[in-house]
Amino acid sequence: MIALLALQGIVAMICLAPGRRSERWAIPVATFGMFIGFIWILTQASAVTSGEITTENWNWVPQLGLTLDFRLDGWALLMGLLIFGIGTLVLGYSHFYFPKRPDLGKIAGLLAAFAGAMWGLVAANGLFTLFLFWELTSVISFLLIGLEDRSSAARKAATRAFLVTGGGGIAMLAGLILLSSASGTSEISEILANPPTNGVVPAALVLVLIGAFAKSAQFPLHFWLPGAMAAPTPISAYLHSATMVKAGLVVVARFAPVFAEVPPWRFMVLTAGSISLLLGGMRALRQHDAKLILAHGTVSQLGLLMILLGVGTAGTTYAGVALLTAHALFKASLFLNIGVVDHQVGTRDIRRLRGLLRKLPVIAAATVTAGASMAAIPPTFGFVAKEKGLDALLKLDMGFAGTITVAAVVVGSAFTVAYTVRLLMGVFGNRAPGTAGHPPVNPARVKIPSWGFKFAPVLLAFLSLLFGLIAGPVGDWLGKVASSLDPASNAYHLVLWPGLNSALALSVVTWVGGSAIAWWLYRHERDADAGVGFATTLYDRSYNGLLLGARKITAVTHSGSLPVYVGVALATLIACFVAALAAGDLRDLGTTRITNSPIELGAVAVTAVLTVGILRTQRRFSAALLLGGAGYGLAIVFLSYGAPDLAFTQFLVETLVIVLYLLVLARLPEKFSRPPSWAPGVVRGLFAAAVGIGLALFAVATSAVRSDYPVGDRLTSLAEPAGGGKNVVNVILVDFRGWDTLGEIAVLAVAAVGVINLAAVARREMLRRGLFASAPANNGTRFGIRQSSVDGDVGPAPQWRSVILTTTTRGLVPVLAVTSVYLTFRGHNAPGGGFAGGLVLSIAVALRYFAEGPGSVRKLGIDPIKLMGAGLLLAAIVAGYPLATGGAPMESTIWKFTLPLIGQVKLVSSSFFDIGVYLVVVGSVVGAIRALVDTDETAGEANLADDLATDEVGTTR
Amino acid sequence: MSWAMATLIGLQGAAGTYLLLHRSLTRIILGIGLLANAVNLIALTAGGSPGSPPIIGEGGETADPLPQALVLTAIVIGLGVTAFLLATALRSWTIDGNDDVEDDIEDVRLARAALESDRSSGPDPTTSDSEFTGGLDEVPEAGDS
Repeated sequence: MIALLALQGIVAMICLAPGRRSERWAIPVATFGMFIGFIWILTQASAVTSGEITTENWNWVPQLGLTLDFRLDGWALLMGLLIFGIGTLVLGYSHFYFPKRPDLGKIAGLLAAFAGAMWGLVAANGLFTLFLFWELTSVISFLLIGLEDRSSAARKAATRAFLVTGGGGIAMLAGLILLSSASGTSEISEILANPPTNGVVPAALVLVLIGAFAKSAQFPLHFWLPGAMAAPTPISAYLHSATMVKAGLVVVARFAPVFAEVPPWRFMVLTAGSISLLLGGMRALRQHDAKLILAHGTVSQLGLLMILLGVGTAGTTYAGVALLTAHALFKASLFLNIGVVDHQVGTRDIRRLRGLLRKLPVIAAATVTAGASMAAIPPTFGFVAKEKGLDALLKLDMGFAGTITVAAVVVGSAFTVAYTVRLLMGVFGNRAPGTAGHPPVNPARVKIPSWGFKFAPVLLAFLSLLFGLIAGPVGDWLGKVASSLDPASNAYHLVLWPGLNSALALSVVTWVGGSAIAWWLYRHERDADAGVGFATTLYDRSYNGLLLGARKITAVTHSGSLPVYVGVALATLIACFVAALAAGDLRDLGTTRITNSPIELGAVAVTAVLTVGILRTQRRFSAALLLGGAGYGLAIVFLSYGAPDLAFTQFLVETLVIVLYLLVLARLPEKFSRPPSWAPGVVRGLFAAAVGIGLALFAVATSAVRSDYPVGDRLTSLAEPAGGGKNVVNVILVDFRGWDTLGEIAVLAVAAVGVINLAAVARREMLRRGLFASAPANNGTRFGIRQSSVDGDVGPAPQWRSVILTTTTRGLVPVLAVTSVYLTFRGHNAPGGGFAGGLVLSIAVALRYFAEGPGSVRKLGIDPIKLMGAGLLLAAIVAGYPLATGGAPMESTIWKFTLPLIGQVKLVSSSFFDIGVYLVVVGSVVGAIRALVDTDETAGEANLADDLATDEVGTTR
Repeated sequence: MSWAMATLIGLQGAAGTYLLLHRSLTRIILGIGLLANAVNLIALTAGGSPGSPPIIGEGGETADPLPQALVLTAIVIGLGVTAFLLATALRSWTIDGNDDVEDDIEDVRLARAALESDRSSGPDPTTSDSEFTGGLDEVPEAGDS
C-alpha cells in the first residue's frame, strides 16, 4: 500500500518536474502508473475478499507518535479499484482530449498525485493518516479546479471549493481528535471494534459529518461542486463525480454501521441527504450546460448515496455499496461522453446541440446506456442497485422518518429520470421549442472522434450494462466487499429481475413521473439561464464581506503613520508596566540606595542635563553633539559600575556616531522641520513621561527581585580554564557567547553594506540633479545645496585645512593604528578586544579625513567590503574548525610554546576570532564613512567625471 | 541599584520616546540612540551592584560580566543602526528634499481602496495585479540601474 503511494508520488514528480516544458509523454506515463496501481490492487482482490486483511504502517515522526497506518480491507479494495481503474481510463482519455498545451505535465502529475492521495485516504487506518490524505485531496483538487488560472471564474471556483472542503476538513480534524481522545486510540479499526460511548462522541460525530458533507457536496455545503466544473471535463469526471466526492461517503460508510444509532447521526444524514437529493435534482432540471446538469445531478446522487450509506443497517449499506459502484461507472461515462461532444462540437449547451445522433452514434449509444443506469432503467446496473436500495429503505423500521425518506427518494429519483431524459434529448435529440434565440450547431462540421477517444466512455457504459446483466456474481462479490463495513451485509444478493414487489412499483412511479416532468419541461423550455443558487449567494456575500471587513480593519489599524505605529507599541509597553504594578511585582524597593558612588552621581547629573538639552535644541548639529556628550557621560557611568570594556567601547562608538552625524547632517537643513501635527505636544510629553517612569520602575524592580545566583559567576570561574583569558567580558564575547558575536558582526557588515548602497543612491541622485558644484551641468555657485548648511563644512576644501591639525594627525594616525592592534591582542586578558581595536582604527581613519579631506579616505587602497568579508570568514573559520577535529563549534584551543628570546607564549584560538571581529568593525565603519564622504561635493573631483560618465550610461540605457 | 541610575534610565527613556514620536528622521534617530542608552543601563543594573572590573586577578567583589558582554554587543549594534538610519535620512533628503517620515504609501493605498470598495463595491484591490505593481512604479527610485 505504501509502495503504491510512493509510486504515485514518483510519477507525479516525474510529470511535474519539467514544468511548462512538458511534452505529451506526461499523460502516458501517468496512465501507466495508474494502470500499475489498478493491476496491483486487482492481484490483492482474491485474498481480501476471502477475508484476509493486510496492514502496513510507517513511523513518520516517532517523537510525536505520528505513524501512517494503512489497512487493506474490502471497502478499501473496492474504492482502490474505482480510483485506479477509472483513473487509468480518464487519463487515457485525456491523451486524446487535451490539445497540445504546455501544462500537460501539470495535469498528469496532479492527477497521479490525486490518485495517490485518494488511495491513502481510503486505505488509511489511522485517524490522522485519514485527515492528512483528506486535506491532500482538497489541496490537489484546488489546483486542478484552478487549472485555467488565467480565468477569474476558475480561480474563484477553486478558492470556493478549497475553502468549503478544507474548512470541512478542519471540522473533521476536530471530530477525529475528540474521537481519538474518547477512545484512547487513533486506529479506526480499533475504534470501530470498541466504539467509545462517552459524552463527547455525538459532538465528534457531528464534526466528522460536517467534514464529510463538505467533501461529498451535501446540503448546505453542496454549492462548491457546480463551480468545480470550471476544471477541464476529464478532471471533473475523475474528481467531482467518481472519486473525490466519494471521500465523504467513504468515511460515513465506515462509521455508520457502528455509530448510526448515536443521535444525531441518522437525523443529520437523512436530512442532508434528502435535501441534497431533491435540491440537486431540481437544479439539474434548470441547467442548459450538459456538464452542469451532470454536476447538479451528482449532488443529487450523492444525497441518495449519503442516505443509503449513512443509515447504517446491513441492507442499506449493501445497497449503498452497489449504488456507489454503479454511480462511479455511469457518472464517469456520462462526463466523458459529454467531454467528447464538447471536444468535437465545441459547445455543451443543450439549446444549441442538434443532429448528433447520426453523427456520433457510438457516443450516443454509450450516453444512453449510462443514462439508463443513472435513471435506473432495467437491465442496467443502476437499476439493480437502486432497486436494492429502495427495498432496503422500505424494510427499515423507522416510522415516520422512514416514510419521509422513502418519499424523498422516490421524488428525487423521478427528478433523476427527468434530468436524464432532458440531458439525452437535449444533447442527441432535436432542439426544444423555445430555444430559438440560440444558434444551432451545424452537425455536418462535427468531426468523428477516434476510437481511442471513445474507448473510456464506451467501456464504462458497457460495464454499467454488463454488471446489470450479471448482477448475481457481481452482487456476491460486492457482498464480500460490504462485509468489511457490516459483516451482516454478506447475506444480501443482487438479482436482475426481483419480481413484482413494492420497490419495483415505486420504480415505475419514478419512470412515469420523471418522463412526465421531462416532457413538460421540453414543451416549456426557456432561453433563460438558471439563476445562482441561494447557498452560493450566501457564501459569496460572506466571503466578500470577510475580505472587505479585513481590508477595513487593515485600513484602520494600518494608517501608515510611523508615529502612530510606534505609539501603539509603546502604549502596549505602558500597559504592561501598569499591569506589573497592579500585580504587585514591585518589592524590596527599600534596598535601593540614592547612589552607588559620587562619580556615578556626577556622571548621571551631567548626562541628564545633556539629555534635556537634546530635547530643547532646534538645531540638528547641537542635538548630535549633545547626544555624543550624553554618550560620554554614560561611558563614565559604566566605568563607575566596574565595566571598563563597556566604557571604552561606549566612548569610541559615541565618537564615531558624532562623526557619522556630522557627515550626514552637513547635507540636511540646519533646523528641524515643524513638529508633527498628529497629537499635541503635551500628549506626546505625557506619553513619553509614562514610558520613562515605567522603564525606571522596571529597572528598579528587576534588580530588586533577583532570586538566583547570576550566571556570570560560573562564567567567571570558567574563563581561565576553558577560555584561556583573564578578561571575562572578552572571553564571553569571543568564546562562551561567540555565536552571538558572530551574528552581531554579520549584522554590522549588513548595516554597512546598506549604508554604502543608500549613500550611493543619494550620491547618484545629487549628480543627476546637478547638485554638485563641479558637475558640468551646473555652472552656478560652488556651494549649490550647501548654502543652507552653515555648519556643514566637514571635509574642508584644501584652502581651509588647519595646518596644525594636519601635522598632528600625520603623527597620530600611525600611533593609533599600532594601538588598535595592541588593544585587540591584549583584549583577552585586559580591557580591549577586537571591537575596541577596530573602533580605534576607524577613528584614526576619520581623523585623517577631517585633517586631509576626503581624498585621504578614498585612496586608502583597501576595499572595506573585502575587509568585512575577510573578517567574517576568519571568525566563521575559527568558530567552525573544532568540528573538523571532533570538538564542539566555538571550542577554544590553547597553545603554549616557548620562543627564543621572547619566552613562554600562550596563544588561544579565540584570539583569531577577535581578529575577525576587528576586521569586520574596521571594514564596516570605514566603508560607511567613505560612502558618506563620497556624497560630499568636494569628494574626489577627479572621480566625478567617471561617475557622471557611468551615470549617463546608466540613464540612457 | 540606585535611584540616581533609575532617574537617568527614566529620563533617557522618556526623552528617547518623545523624540521617537516625531516625524523628522533625524529626531527619530536621536530618540533611538537615547532609548538604546536607557535599555543598556537597565541591562547593566539588572546584573547587580557595581564592583571591580571582571578581570581575573583584580581582586575584590567583581561586577557581573554577562550583562557587560551583552551591553557591549548592543552598543556596537547601535552604531550600525545609527549609521544605517542616517544613510536613510540622507537618501530621503536628496530625493524628497526633507527627512520627514512619510506615511507608508502601501498602507495608505490599501486604506483608500477599502474605503472606495465600500462605496462602489468595485474590484478587489488585493487581487488586481496592476494595483500593486503600478503603485511601486510611482515611488521615485533613484539610480538602481
